[in-house]
Amino acid sequence: MTQAQSRLGLYLLMTPLMLWLLLLIIVPHIGMFLVSISVKTGVRQYVTGLGNYMVFFTEPLYWNTFARTAFMSIAATFLTLVVGFPVAYYIAKLTRGRTKTTLFLMCLIPFWVSELVRTFGWMILLRETGIFSSFLQYIGVLSGPVEFLYNDAAIMIGLVYTSMLFMVVPLVTTLDSLDDSYIEAAYDLGGNGISILREIIIPHAMPGIVSGCIVVFMLSLGNYLTPILLGGKDSLWFTGLIYSQFITRFNWELGSAFGFLLLGLSSAIVWAGLKLSRQSLTDTVGR
Amino acid sequence: MTQTDADAQFDLECRKLNKDFSGFRAVKDVSFGVPKGTFFSILGPSGCGKTTLLRMIAGFQEASSGDLLIKGNSMIGVPPNKRPVSMVFQHLALFPMMDIEANVGFGLRQRGVPREEIAKRVETVLARVGLPGVGSRQISQLSGGQKQRVAIARCMVLEPDVLLLDEPLGALDLKLREHMKIELKTLQSEFNTTFVYITHDQSEALVMSDQIAVMNHGEFEQVGSARELYYAPNTAFVAGFVGEANKFTATVDAAFGDAVTLVTQDGMELKGISPVAKMQKGDKAEVFVRPEAVRLATEADKFGGIENLNTGIVENILFNGANSHIILREEKSGGEMNVAIPQTGEFRDLNKGDKIFIGWEAAQTRCYAAGA
Repeated sequence: MTQAQSRLGLYLLMTPLMLWLLLLIIVPHIGMFLVSISVKTGVRQYVTGLGNYMVFFTEPLYWNTFARTAFMSIAATFLTLVVGFPVAYYIAKLTRGRTKTTLFLMCLIPFWVSELVRTFGWMILLRETGIFSSFLQYIGVLSGPVEFLYNDAAIMIGLVYTSMLFMVVPLVTTLDSLDDSYIEAAYDLGGNGISILREIIIPHAMPGIVSGCIVVFMLSLGNYLTPILLGGKDSLWFTGLIYSQFITRFNWELGSAFGFLLLGLSSAIVWAGLKLSRQSLTDTVGR
Repeated sequence: MTQTDADAQFDLECRKLNKDFSGFRAVKDVSFGVPKGTFFSILGPSGCGKTTLLRMIAGFQEASSGDLLIKGNSMIGVPPNKRPVSMVFQHLALFPMMDIEANVGFGLRQRGVPREEIAKRVETVLARVGLPGVGSRQISQLSGGQKQRVAIARCMVLEPDVLLLDEPLGALDLKLREHMKIELKTLQSEFNTTFVYITHDQSEALVMSDQIAVMNHGEFEQVGSARELYYAPNTAFVAGFVGEANKFTATVDAAFGDAVTLVTQDGMELKGISPVAKMQKGDKAEVFVRPEAVRLATEADKFGGIENLNTGIVENILFNGANSHIILREEKSGGEMNVAIPQTGEFRDLNKGDKIFIGWEAAQTRCYAAGA
């Protein structure tokens, strides 16, 4: 009786999650997959085939954008790690109590503003008549206004900025769990800053590094606003292509195929990253 | 470098070492020397500054003033990774991200020793601590005692001049702790390295050490062998801290040389000795009598001419095998006393409420000026 009751309770608790997974993840993906394998042959005439996927491989613009998006996302992830690691280390190991909470909150505060507004913030700083350009002219470094927006560096800055929190939080958590005595012991045994970082701190923080990288990579790959706003017309991003297929060109078939390719790409790169760092998904995200 | 050979008789020497934290002096004017190959313990209650002192020796904290020498060389301003000392941490701090071989070889790798040489030396030192062939195992696969030995091996492979141990037995269960005491002592004499061991557990210090320093409120109260501390404590704190003791607060009634007669607050008369301070009539004193120094008898004339003779009523029996005690109330004054039961079988049938004679020698009744 009690067992049946607890089972019923479990089902009831699981229902919202199951409904969410089914209605918002599984059903749309099945639908999208079906759309992606229907090739248009005439008005309202479709045949099943891989034609949409073939378009991707035969048109250099598409797979160039695809490769570019992947490469830029990896670079953004790496940069976020390089910038975020010292920040996380400082928060986790070198501060205590109130200062720690304050610094942690300061990482969080920008996220109270919507991504759109934050991106506009960067545009105000970087545009031709913006603060950077004016300031550099004022101190005499530049003789005329310079456009800092609409290039890959601007995209990179935007991506790193947007993802910083998602790197810092898991890093702070794992670094917090590193007992100071390990660092002291390594120092006592003759280690120096570099060897302790390499042999003690990074191996310990690996699960945090990998889970942070996965999240940041996924966010960058799937980001739409930042690359479009900061990159301008020349800087193509794969999500931008998907958007234009669906919304501008009403070509849902090709858009769906692109969506699946993006899913495959992100899964493949995350898998490769896990293999390279010898971590498993349960060790990192499942913690 | 700056010192002559005469100073190098000590592996470790502290001269007027001080450590100030904001508005608080954790270590006060500590001076001592540890000769080569000594097992030196620093014993004190928690918060007495012993950990701060050890961390200064290791180099994790800078001394506020004073000098610290290892093999005659001043260590002031030398970072921990350049000091010829190694430390076994309280929770051992074995690196969980490495196997045992990598753990033990860590220090040698930092020194740039060739790989084959590291493997050889790691295997040798593991064999010396009694764990040959465990190199490829993970830390989590070891028992508490084995971890302890790996932690010591990891330090000893570097052949330090001084090995520091920060209460490494604290986390072990009682049985293993008893075992590791003996093992640590054996390892120390085998390696013939100077060990500096800090603990709050007096039995660890008494069993293992050649020399013990008793530390209280940042100062060394007394430095000596275990026997000296136990039989001839110099201060009231040492008398109360090392071993067990019945403590009385009393007023001096008469003094002749170092022999004194005192009366406790409860009115019990005591005859004792004052080994350190010269006492005078009317002085307040703290008196210590060890439970095991008190003799028990069913008849008064069994004691002969013992100086302190009283009768007591048994209030409670704390049976703990060989280490059993009775709590009794002295009949005349009503003062409480803790007395060890000799395990000769004579007092096996002692019961609550029994009347018994207690006697102890004046030489076992040590008096110290109160408030000192």
